Amino acid sequence: MFKDITLGQFFPGDSVVHKMDPRVKLVLTVMFIVMLFSAKNFYGLLVGIAFTIMTYLLSRIPFVMILKSMKPIIPIVVFTAVLNLFFIRTGRMLWHFGFVKIYDDGLNTAVFMVVRIICLIVGSSLLTYTTSPIDLTDAIERLLSPLKKLGAPVHELAMMMTIALRFIPTLIEETDKIMNAQKARGSELDTGTFREKVRGMVPIFIPLFVSSFRRAEELATAMECRCYHGGEGRTRMKQLSTAPRDWLACLYVALFWAGVILMNQFFK
Amino acid sequence: MQLQVFLNADDVRFSYLSDDEPPVKNEVLKGVSLAVGKGEFVAVLGHNGSGKSTLAKCFNAINLPESGTVTVNGMDTADDENLLNIRKSAGMVFQNPDNQIVATIVEEDVAFALENLGVEPEEIRRRVDESLKLVDMYDYRMHAPHKLSGGQKQRVAIAGILAMDPECILLDEPTAMLDPRGRAEVMNTIKLLNKTKGTTIVLITHYMEEAAQADRVVVIDGGEVMLDGTPKEIFSQVETMKNLGLDVPQVTELVWRLRKDGFDLPADIISEDECVEALAGLLGKRSAQI
Repeated sequence: MFKDITLGQFFPGDSVVHKMDPRVKLVLTVMFIVMLFSAKNFYGLLVGIAFTIMTYLLSRIPFVMILKSMKPIIPIVVFTAVLNLFFIRTGRMLWHFGFVKIYDDGLNTAVFMVVRIICLIVGSSLLTYTTSPIDLTDAIERLLSPLKKLGAPVHELAMMMTIALRFIPTLIEETDKIMNAQKARGSELDTGTFREKVRGMVPIFIPLFVSSFRRAEELATAMECRCYHGGEGRTRMKQLSTAPRDWLACLYVALFWAGVILMNQFFK
Repeated sequence: MQLQVFLNADDVRFSYLSDDEPPVKNEVLKGVSLAVGKGEFVAVLGHNGSGKSTLAKCFNAINLPESGTVTVNGMDTADDENLLNIRKSAGMVFQNPDNQIVATIVEEDVAFALENLGVEPEEIRRRVDESLKLVDMYDYRMHAPHKLSGGQKQRVAIAGILAMDPECILLDEPTAMLDPRGRAEVMNTIKLLNKTKGTTIVLITHYMEEAAQADRVVVIDGGEVMLDGTPKEIFSQVETMKNLGLDVPQVTELVWRLRKDGFDLPADIISEDECVEALAGLLGKRSAQI
């Protein structure tokens, strides 16, 4: 049933974007978001859109994926659009029907916001499309490692994330097994009202919980047997290293950012 | 020649507390003494609840004995200072391969123990490759563990222990959840390690055929060592084994029944080849008589 679930949204490939150091990629994604928010007019936003399209082309991620990443944000987009469209009441009135009045400022802001949100999501999805979850966890751990000095449990969080990623497929498989077992004993999972369906999930989740705890305990023992004693004094087999392409990528983002600022200055 | 003792348990007692209120003490090990020599391949038999897994966990400092002492290569498990060294020299493989693999990529998982020990990255790389080649899983190093078969997963788990370069490996029913092919894969790996690297092996198992391949068999029942000897010595005591609720290899059982019916066969047959030879000999004699 869930056998072919893809973990995260990773889309394997060997483009320049895929090969980049995940730490640099993460930082640049944050930079990209800041860049989008610094755009003050449509021309600035256009630079942002150009950046997104260019980067997609570089990463050779199929454009269908853009649509896929947009699906979950449609409600937010609609909500933002409606809010801006109806509640900004400055500028020239374009259309009115009863108490519904639409002004040109409202229309402008609505379109601006919608384009910005879409660009934001589509652009930052590229990070998860081109970076495997493990690399991402690694990058987060290393980027946040200065916080360890302040007592933040950075290593523990990264370890938890790795284990979660490792066990998602195992637990999905197990859920499948339990569901089949319950079906074999005559429980009806697909029929009935919503309430009945929810109630039908109880005999699936309870065994799943129990077995997860058992697994957790066994895993903890196995980890101890392999000398796990927290993040202290731990080394890593895979070392992350920056290559010239990472610095080129920084330059690439910087250029587009300069473009956005230029547009802000140029068209006031 | 006396083997140098590697694992030693001396009058070890251990009990679990039950979840009841008030907790009931359940004594699992009642004074076990056992010495395992360096390079030995020991199979431990006993039915569920006999205390064999508990004993194995004592050798790895997961369980600390209530009384008595356990030493690994001369290091006392009760001493906290020795903890990492003990776990490094006596690695443990468990029954369910799914619950002992930590990472999402095979080679990352094999590297886990070495990363914990703070080994240099290049050295980790070298030892990970070496261990994966030893268990014949090198070609799968970039795979996700959940896509492997049970036998392959268990071999990855063994590689994860091997990477630490332990002198001894404790295996707690490593083949219990595997199909016959996976079982054969794991057994071959274990035997290979014992022969080529001289790794001390303690194998807890329910399969008599596996135990028959060891150098020595120890039978534990009710928290005590009941029998201890070579596979031939142990399995020839068919009735004692049956009284303990254990089986003997199928061929041993066959020969035992034939002997009961008055056929002249040796009592200590534990492998199929021996059995075939003995039966052929018997049949040859008979046809000669006729």
